[in-house]
Amino acid sequence: MKPGKQGKDRHTELGLKEEDLLGMYRCMLLARFCDERQWSLNRQGKAPFVIPVSGHEGAQVGSAWAFERGKDIFCPYYRDMALVLVAGFTVYDVFLGLFGKADDPSSGGRQMPAHWGSKARNIITGSSPISTQVLHAAGLALSKKIKHEDAIVGTWFGEGGTSEGDWHGAMNFAGIHALPLIFVCENNQYAISVHESRQVAGRVYKRAKGYGFPGVVGDGNNILECYKLTKEAVDRARAGEGPTLIELRTYRYYSHTSDDDDRTYRPSAEVQEWKRKDPIPRFERYLKSVDVLDDSVIEEVRGATKVEVTEAAKTAEAADFPDPSTAAKNVFGDIEVV
Amino acid sequence: MTVKNVVQAVHDTLHEAMMLDERVLVLGEDVGARGGVFRATMGFLDDFGPERVIDTPLDECLIAGLSIGLALDDMRPVAEIQFADFIYPAFNQIVSEAARIRYRSNGDFGVPMVIRAPYGGGVHGALYHSQSIEALFAHVPGLKVVAPSTPYDVKGMLIHAIEDPDPVLFLEHKKTYRLIKGEVPDDRFTVPFGVAEVRRQGDDLTCVAYGLMWHLCLEAAERLAGEGIEIEVIDLRSIYPLDMDTVLQSVGKTGKVMVVHEDNKFLGLGAEISAQIGEQALSELDCPVVRIAPPHVPAMPYSPTLEHWYLPDADRLEQEMRELASY
Ligand SMILES: Cc1ncc(C[n+]2csc(CCOP(=O)(O)OP(=O)(O)O)c2C)c(N)n1
Ligand SMILES: [Mg+2]
Repeated sequence: MKPGKQGKDRHTELGLKEEDLLGMYRCMLLARFCDERQWSLNRQGKAPFVIPVSGHEGAQVGSAWAFERGKDIFCPYYRDMALVLVAGFTVYDVFLGLFGKADDPSSGGRQMPAHWGSKARNIITGSSPISTQVLHAAGLALSKKIKHEDAIVGTWFGEGGTSEGDWHGAMNFAGIHALPLIFVCENNQYAISVHESRQVAGRVYKRAKGYGFPGVVGDGNNILECYKLTKEAVDRARAGEGPTLIELRTYRYYSHTSDDDDRTYRPSAEVQEWKRKDPIPRFERYLKSVDVLDDSVIEEVRGATKVEVTEAAKTAEAADFPDPSTAAKNVFGDIEVV
Repeated sequence: MTVKNVVQAVHDTLHEAMMLDERVLVLGEDVGARGGVFRATMGFLDDFGPERVIDTPLDECLIAGLSIGLALDDMRPVAEIQFADFIYPAFNQIVSEAARIRYRSNGDFGVPMVIRAPYGGGVHGALYHSQSIEALFAHVPGLKVVAPSTPYDVKGMLIHAIEDPDPVLFLEHKKTYRLIKGEVPDDRFTVPFGVAEVRRQGDDLTCVAYGLMWHLCLEAAERLAGEGIEIEVIDLRSIYPLDMDTVLQSVGKTGKVMVVHEDNKFLGLGAEISAQIGEQALSELDCPVVRIAPPHVPAMPYSPTLEHWYLPDADRLEQEMRELASY
């Protein structure tokens, strides 16, 4: 460590090296700038539909960083742009999906943006119906257990998602079979307009107890805390000690999607209050306190990242749309329907 | 060759598949110690252990969703829905997930999984143990729906289903389980999907059916042969893919068609078959296509008189065939 360090080092005891911190920081920034860019493209009429991530970057990057890429399996939901950037998506991939281009790795332009998936990156294809992916995660985890593979499975969802039967079915089964499965709830306190208090009586994380395994809660805007809680859960799962439910409390800064207007249900004072807890400046303060970055480097990194995002968006915008003659392909593995 | 009934054929074929391929596992309600309420997985728990013979919680949505996850990890799940009537909690996972995963990922992912479901009536099962669900699911692109109803076809098509790259809804008519017996080769073989079987040749009328119904059609046709009326009976075996070639070929010969099924008439398979005949062979027809299928009531009622009213039987089919043949 360089001299002049003021803050307490909290990452080393978590097993995080400086390169981890920089990687995590980069993914957060990429996600935030992609989000800003996609909203501006939406306003320009170039992106019909946007699902924002801003506010969730700490929860997503912190939790995803605890998994082993290339080995573990990710079952995310639509909010998880920062997570898929950790799992191997590039920003170019993100924009290919946004524009519905042929090379969109998730679906070749078939699905709405943010319906992530990529076999090569161990990201299971997702859909719109809430919490369906949680059961797929349970099936994958069961498979890993049966095969005695070392891999574990993570699945992400909002607090609204914890009301679906699929979610409870997966929790129930994961508890019974002690599956190597981590449930991560990104609790942003709203399911579109419905407040958490109308979604859950009590607390999300406490639901795990009823299914016979641990539930923990943490500050979703504190990336190191998110990492710590998830890493502990991942280590337990890998050791055969079963699932964990992790509730990460956070907030989304934009409307639910570009088709929503959050001013109809969220007080602006509340939004402002949570913006003061922004996970990115908060992590920057930490990085400065342990002398990993300083203000000028931060400025430099932010600037370069923004340029990278803008360039990727431009290239993706110029990419080809899918050929309509391919639209009936891949319905079945062995039957052509048209 | 061994003579078996339909449920024995299901049992033995599944057992063999599990012996041959470690990736094959069964899951569902009561499939373990009880061996399934119809005994389709009798003894499996002892032979393969609880990791491959999974008694799931009572949650059909889970059964389907879990199977998808297993299939995504290259397992070959064969899920049992105890009665087809109870498949609706799994509808979303089957229709929105299993059926659409290949398409929505542009071929990146596929879900090779089989859902077995005992269906159909005539067993005093009333509204919730008699339903026919094929039209609902065959409407969904991405799903294959088959309804074999002989021990031979059950073996050949179940092996095919397990090897199929896509989700297959494997419908087993529960009345055929013990009623229908036949010879089954001991060696491994497959019956491809989308190939109908002409069960009886005839020039006067084409009768298209599947499941229990073609057996009744055959019975009625044999009786009519005594009167000099020759009915061609086609067993579709597979609902999607649908073998219209065999149907159209027969229509060219007979000019008269009757479609028979237990599923409701409105938007049932008969509607599709008759539309396709209209599109492709209208000039071959001597008279309108006739559909024999239950009226638009929610399901088969319980009382014997009511059940009889709902479900076509050989007597009624004989009468309808005689009438149509003389058109
Ligand atoms: C089964 C289903 N019902 C309703 C919807 C519409 N819908 C989309 S997102 C959403 C809210 C989800 O909230 P939450 O799970 O908290 O996630 P968040 O968007 O807050 O991240 C709703 C109701 C849907 N996509 N699927
Ligand atoms: Mg929410």
